[in-house]
Amino acid sequence: MRPFTYERATDLAAAVKAVAENPGARFLAGGTNLLDLMKLDIEQPTHLVDVNRLPLSAIEDTVEGGLRIGAMVTNSHLAADARVRARYSVLTQSIVSGGSGQLRNKATTGGNLLQRTRCAYFYDTSKPCNKRHPGSGCSALEGLNRNSAIFGASEACIATHPSDMAVALTALDAQVETVTPQGATRTLAVADLHRLPGDTPHIETNLAPGELIAAVILPPAAAGGQVYQKARDRASYAGGLASVAVVGTKVAFGAVAHKPWRAEKAEAALAAGASAVEAAHAELAGARDNGKNGFKIALVARMTVAALDEAKQGRGA
Amino acid sequence: MKTTITVNGQARALDLDPRTSLLDALREHLNLKGSKKGCDHGQCGACTVLVNGERINACLSLAVMHDGHEVTTIEGIGGEANLHPMQQAFLEQDAFQCGYCTPGQICSAVGMLKEAADNWPSQATEDLGAAIALTDAEIRERMSGNICRCSAYPQIIAAIRDVAGEVA
Repeated sequence: MRPFTYERATDLAAAVKAVAENPGARFLAGGTNLLDLMKLDIEQPTHLVDVNRLPLSAIEDTVEGGLRIGAMVTNSHLAADARVRARYSVLTQSIVSGGSGQLRNKATTGGNLLQRTRCAYFYDTSKPCNKRHPGSGCSALEGLNRNSAIFGASEACIATHPSDMAVALTALDAQVETVTPQGATRTLAVADLHRLPGDTPHIETNLAPGELIAAVILPPAAAGGQVYQKARDRASYAGGLASVAVVGTKVAFGAVAHKPWRAEKAEAALAAGASAVEAAHAELAGARDNGKNGFKIALVARMTVAALDEAKQGRGA
Repeated sequence: MKTTITVNGQARALDLDPRTSLLDALREHLNLKGSKKGCDHGQCGACTVLVNGERINACLSLAVMHDGHEVTTIEGIGGEANLHPMQQAFLEQDAFQCGYCTPGQICSAVGMLKEAADNWPSQATEDLGAAIALTDAEIRERMSGNICRCSAYPQIIAAIRDVAGEVA
């Protein structure tokens, strides 16, 4: 691992300033993804600002009847929270389907959102990758693309976002509260946090350099059942090939795009009275594959129908 | 960088390169070789230790992040003269062959039983509103972060079952 300097932040504004003013600096939260990527020489920060001890570890009720989740709340504590289990069960379902017990005990809410793709070529430093080296090319386009995107991809990048939690948050219309380098607080929808790859797949979010996620805000959940379904190669502790989150008639997909994919066409079809099958096909009609990932199109369609049916029967309501 | 970590009940003062993982600090600086380095990427679970009572992968954490924390390794779980019930159960159920993953399995199992007792859910939990019933399916799911290349899984589940007791 390359050398770096380390500081433990005790003040939120100072932490944001320390990262905003130093192009080589990164925030360190749970570290389960960042430190792994540093060992592999994919991430090369020169300075780490450890934000674990900032006062961002509370889950609080909001006046609107939702929840405000501090960015440093661990995945385990969030999944186990009684309010989350009772009112946002899709969030618990999604979190416990990701990683292992050990990882969920360390990984944080903010860090989970900002984890990076598991594309094999992003991890293989001997191969071109536009995320690691902008302009070097995308090895996945004609390579091992079984787990690549089927929505919103570009000629520059067909990587997917690996988070399960973010898919549930998207279906729940959650918002992210950040602190900007200027010290202001701003909120944006989780659905608007990540970007599609376009020509700049190395720019993955709409956060400014140094902007810190302070909290995730859940509005009161939409009525109806809540279901998270995940398909993968092993029964446990494996990344998703595809996942579907349903909250009433809100639908989001995971592991199929550069960001959690809000299935707006499916939602519009459902609102217009379409069946689950018709709604799934309305969304999947826009899917494109690169050869080895074509199976995801039929898979996501079937998972969507199953998840909508389960939600309709009241699971997770 | 100066860091003080309470390891197995004793405050240990260290002066570390910030790159030092918690696992390397335990093994190479404190000579506690029980925690094992398997993959060094959080995939195998051989390095599992308890930090402030919760299990984590010691390989995916920097030691300097743990200043003031309480770390329990397999050496702190128990030794020959005072075996922890989980260690005794692993012996009685023959829950290992080569033994390399065993310290991580035992630390993980101890942490896992507390999580279940605290009613934390898992992917195997069907009713998120009910008390956790620690079925074999629950144990398998909750232990999926610990790999055993000798595949002693049935015996590992039997050992954990011995300590957890039967499901009511």
